[in-house]
Amino acid sequence: MSASAVFVLDLKGKVLICRNYKGDVDMSEIDHFFTLLVQQEEEGLLCPVMSHGNVHFLWIKHSNLYLVATTNKNSNASLVYAFLYKLVEVFTEYFKELEEESIQDNFVVVYELLDELMDFGFPQTTDSKILQEYITQQGNKLEVAKTKVPTTVTNAVSWRSEGIRYKKNEVFIDVIESINVLVNANGSVMSSDIVGSIKLKTMLSGMPELRLGLNDRMLFALTGRDKGKAVTMEDVKFHQCVRLSRFESDRTISFIPPDGESELMSYRINTHVKPLIWIESVIEKFSHSRVEIMVKAKGQFKKQSVANNVEIRVPVPSDADSPKFKTSTGHAKYVPEKNLVVWSIKSFPGGKEFLMRAHFGLPSVENHEMEGRPPITVKFEIPYFTVSGIQVRYMKIIEKSGYQALPWVRYITQSGGERRFLNG
Amino acid sequence: MTDSKYFTTTKKGEIFELKAELNSDKKEKKKEAVKKVIASMTVGKDVSALFPDVVNCMQTDNLELKKLVYLYLMNYAKSQPDMAIMAVNTFVKDCEDLNPLIRALAVRTMGCIRVDKITEYLCEPLRKCLKDEDPYVRKTAAVCVAKLHDINAQLVEDQGFLDTLKDLISDSNPMVVANAVAALSEIAESHPNSNLLDLNPQTINKLLTALNECTEWGQIFILDCLASYLPRDDRESQSICERVTPRLSHANSAVVLSAVKVLMKFMEMLPKDLDYYGTLLKKLAPPLVTLLSAEPELQYVALRNINLIVQKRPEILKHEMKVFFVKYNDPIYVKLEKLDIMIRLASQANIAQVLAELKEYATEVDVDFVRKAVRAIGRCAIKVEQSAERCVSTLLDLIQTKVNYVVQEAIVVIKDIFRKYPNKYESVIATLCENLDSLDEPEARAAMIWIVGEYAERIDNADELLESFLEGFHDESTQVQLQLLTAIVKLFLKKPTETQELVQQVLSLATQDSDNPDLRDRGYIYWRLLSTDPVAAKEVVLAEKPLISEETDLIEPTLLEELICHIGTLASVYHKPPSAFVEGSRGVQHKRLPPRAGSGESTESPDVGQSGPSEAPPAVIPSQGDLLGDLLNLDLAPPTATVPSVQPSMQMGAMDLLGGGLDSLLGGDIGGSPSMGAGLGAAPAAMPASLGGAPAVGGGLGDLFDLGGGVGMPTGSYVAPKTVWLLAMKAKGLEISGTFARRGGIIQMDLSLTNKAMSVMTDFAIQFNRNSFGLAPAGPLQVLTPLSPNQTIDVSLPLSTSGPVMKMEPLNNLQVAVKNNIDVFYFSCQYPLSLLFVEDGKMDRQVFLATWKDIPNDNEAQFQIKDIHLNSDVASNKLQGSNIFTIAKRTVEGQDMLYQSVKLTNGIWVLAEMRIQTGNPNYTLSIKCRAPEVCPFVYQCYELVLKN
Repeated sequence: MSASAVFVLDLKGKVLICRNYKGDVDMSEIDHFFTLLVQQEEEGLLCPVMSHGNVHFLWIKHSNLYLVATTNKNSNASLVYAFLYKLVEVFTEYFKELEEESIQDNFVVVYELLDELMDFGFPQTTDSKILQEYITQQGNKLEVAKTKVPTTVTNAVSWRSEGIRYKKNEVFIDVIESINVLVNANGSVMSSDIVGSIKLKTMLSGMPELRLGLNDRMLFALTGRDKGKAVTMEDVKFHQCVRLSRFESDRTISFIPPDGESELMSYRINTHVKPLIWIESVIEKFSHSRVEIMVKAKGQFKKQSVANNVEIRVPVPSDADSPKFKTSTGHAKYVPEKNLVVWSIKSFPGGKEFLMRAHFGLPSVENHEMEGRPPITVKFEIPYFTVSGIQVRYMKIIEKSGYQALPWVRYITQSGGERRFLNG
Repeated sequence: MTDSKYFTTTKKGEIFELKAELNSDKKEKKKEAVKKVIASMTVGKDVSALFPDVVNCMQTDNLELKKLVYLYLMNYAKSQPDMAIMAVNTFVKDCEDLNPLIRALAVRTMGCIRVDKITEYLCEPLRKCLKDEDPYVRKTAAVCVAKLHDINAQLVEDQGFLDTLKDLISDSNPMVVANAVAALSEIAESHPNSNLLDLNPQTINKLLTALNECTEWGQIFILDCLASYLPRDDRESQSICERVTPRLSHANSAVVLSAVKVLMKFMEMLPKDLDYYGTLLKKLAPPLVTLLSAEPELQYVALRNINLIVQKRPEILKHEMKVFFVKYNDPIYVKLEKLDIMIRLASQANIAQVLAELKEYATEVDVDFVRKAVRAIGRCAIKVEQSAERCVSTLLDLIQTKVNYVVQEAIVVIKDIFRKYPNKYESVIATLCENLDSLDEPEARAAMIWIVGEYAERIDNADELLESFLEGFHDESTQVQLQLLTAIVKLFLKKPTETQELVQQVLSLATQDSDNPDLRDRGYIYWRLLSTDPVAAKEVVLAEKPLISEETDLIEPTLLEELICHIGTLASVYHKPPSAFVEGSRGVQHKRLPPRAGSGESTESPDVGQSGPSEAPPAVIPSQGDLLGDLLNLDLAPPTATVPSVQPSMQMGAMDLLGGGLDSLLGGDIGGSPSMGAGLGAAPAAMPASLGGAPAVGGGLGDLFDLGGGVGMPTGSYVAPKTVWLLAMKAKGLEISGTFARRGGIIQMDLSLTNKAMSVMTDFAIQFNRNSFGLAPAGPLQVLTPLSPNQTIDVSLPLSTSGPVMKMEPLNNLQVAVKNNIDVFYFSCQYPLSLLFVEDGKMDRQVFLATWKDIPNDNEAQFQIKDIHLNSDVASNKLQGSNIFTIAKRTVEGQDMLYQSVKLTNGIWVLAEMRIQTGNPNYTLSIKCRAPEVCPFVYQCYELVLKN
């Protein structure tokens, strides 16, 4: 069904730790993994699934580690990858950082976790908050008699334990939107979408029932309410605490939240948005002598708003040298290991326009290596503002003890993926 | 302080030291020692020698220590099976511990100790744990049953654990249900005939309830299990779909894909005119698109699956082209898959955008990606006719870049464009010729040579160009050599006067100096053709070629259906059936989509009318035709565009009788050189008439016509009397009897439906399962008036042979489903093979001879037909009525030998020799066929026809 065994390997392909779940694949098969990987890398045809004989390797890479699952069956590949990523998540929450050292430093806990996370190839409890209740790094302090299975593990509510207490009951809601815009060389927007995410920081006692109200157009249509601005969400994904069938039937977002931080939901909106920071660039390359770059950035959002921590990354040829910059605001820095100029602007008010000029020398010998033409990318954050206009209309919190709880909402817009401003 | 210190002891005598520490009285020291042992084990040192000492530490109340010892046991028990028995007592004890954590740990670990000897000791503790009060223990025990089954299946069955496991599906705890489902599915997978998962509406309901409450992983187990269920009707199918759709909003991509699998499968059963069908289609697109924001590896799995979904149901994503645009930092495997899907979605509406993107990609740096992008432009040209011109000019722009691999790739695709739109874009040939020198890849050289040969009359210096290639003939790859040979022959046929020397040269290079049999044979064929009959040569070599189509890279429909059932799994990533890469699964049943239901469907001849790439169901057939065309025209050796689509059907191997038959016929014709000319002449039976019915074959043709004309079609084929196929008691009162007939080239199924129930029956519909020869109803079952009690109605159902093909056992078995207002009923019946004997099954005499010789003797089968009192003429007349044609008759010493041929609807030829001795009522029948499995069935037909 899924994995026969799971391995954690270092960058040289040495096994750091492994767990054999099913015993139907010889554990020494892993020796072929790295050879295959190197071979594929050389051919430039890297693929997340590789096979040797009738053994299949499904792998992901995380910092300086490879996480590999082996199987010789027609396994559910998406389950295996989702599990490997979950492994990374759990280990990261346990050890802060997941890397070669943290595996070695904590091998006993890693073994315990591997034992608890998956049984015979079937993923089991993978919620690290719950796991931390009975698998801890201070294992030696826990005597058997005191360690019990938290009932949460097998409860229908498997993500929240009972008996949580806070003096002050609060929930913080962050609505974070990232916009992805692709602009081609002649300045037209090829595609754009908004990916939003609603994150919670829950500090509530007991087993509270929450209901989140958004200005969701489908919901308004269902309830016959038609006032104010509504938003059409193309697709919505929920944390497993949300009752999906309820949402399906009447668009109500109701749930018992996990304690602490979690991503409640994410959504995608397909609307035509223009880039919030518009970039124009002229790159003039004089072979054998120099390259001159001019970049103009314009804030295409409301005057009252301010974009913070703006970073505009402009690619330069890999053989460029002796950089010189001139900026109308912020400062520019050459990052030779990435072949980039990074122009940073602390705060960028809407409607304003700024300019940067860069000058690089080029060697007289022609560089024959083909170079890609990476896009210019822009990073920023605009607080108190969402592009889609999505709003949290209410957050109802009901707990049987009847306490009053306060919801806090913050909105923020970020640049998402890439923008492509290719130029000649 | 971290655990890393345990790794540092590398002193000599370490094992000895550890042994001492393990036996220490101090708890703390003991535990430290076990940790060191595990650390050594982790870095790959063999510490199995410490087995008894470590096992001694097992009896502890320290949980961490216990876990470590258990871990050690799992690792080494197999190498120390005798000692493993020492651990049994502790397991048994731990399974009764007060703490459920310990109980579960014990039951989990003991299943991982794969030592046959101790398994029976574990049965009692397992039985207890399966009934444990704590769900944590029960869910662990459920998995343990699967583990034990893997070690000793018999034991598990004898102990009745499977039944207990089945009971757990009704457990009150959703996690237990999920694990029980997972364990059962796992066991069922390795024992396909165990009938473990006999899902019924009640269990399905339980699963759907648990689906809402269990963990994300449990949801996947349940969804994957649901996908193997076959709903009884479209209503049940719809209600399951309704309860599964909410899962599409789950944050876990694997849950989403498993839900998509269930929906894609069950949708098949919904009538297309149902509103819900449309709603469901609309609901599928957004989650599929969102999968593209997942981690790259999950994106890759999603894209491979979207590739299948787009072929199966193009309407779902037809408006989502933009999301497949490649991002600069996508990993290469994601980029290549996106490209593939872009082409599948390309249509007139979005082609401008697609081309603009592709052109950008073609100027990137990653060679593989660039090549694929160039190739994609060519595929767009072939797919979207309106865009061809734009594509060609884009390709020319790219050729101007002079980037070597771009130029070569462009030339390869331009060749395909020429094949799709002949005589349209020849103006670009000059530009292509300019780049001749830079071509160093065989495929590009072969493509260029093909173009020169094909358009030799318009290229002034075609002879010079081809001659320049000829110089290094022996250094070229086979592909280029074959192409060069054909191109020069084409050139010669077009410009005979100036190129005689050239053609001589290439023919002698191919036939005398080469040791490649393909090349030599092709050389000889040309040589003989040219020397005996130049007119025929021209007709063969310069014949019109079938156009290539964009369908050629589609996955063959049966395979596609199977892969849809495996969405999310490795099979869907590889685009191969599990049987192709999982050992021991060869006998396993191929998964299939449920039969299409809904009475509306059978009348509307569904997909054909709509546009979209996958909507032409018999994609294999055209591609087979293409192959035939290519071989006949002796075209580019591996026709680049067609090969991918042929391969999948070959992988299906024996499943695809049709493919096998055609191919082997072809193989024979090409291989046996003496029969070559004739073989080529006769094959057009399966070809467009462009080859003009073999005028070159003289000789025996005349008298054959006589024979055929004289006999005509006097008697008509024999029709067996109806037999009862479906008993009334098994079908709630509906009795069906029937027979098959072939009348004037039309296959019919004659049915008598009798209502033996008390109430009126209405809404009849019929469907066939896939069968060996693709029999399928050509129209709906015409029962217009309701069938009253005790009434019988006779219906004739016309059949076509264009349905999906799957080899049946026996070969002529047909599984039928008949539906009425009461229920759906299944029965199977067998049809006489003569049903499939086509009217033009008379083989040319010379071809017959050559083919007879050419079919290996192993494929010959002999039969006795007893007690026939007919003379040879009457017999042959009778047989002709059933499309068994006598080609020639010879009388030797009072023995008549009849040579007969039969052609099946799928193009398989059957040759027969029937010996009749005057006065002897027993005939001897020898049958030869490239697909020998049909022989006994042909014999049956002989017997039937002659005896009635």
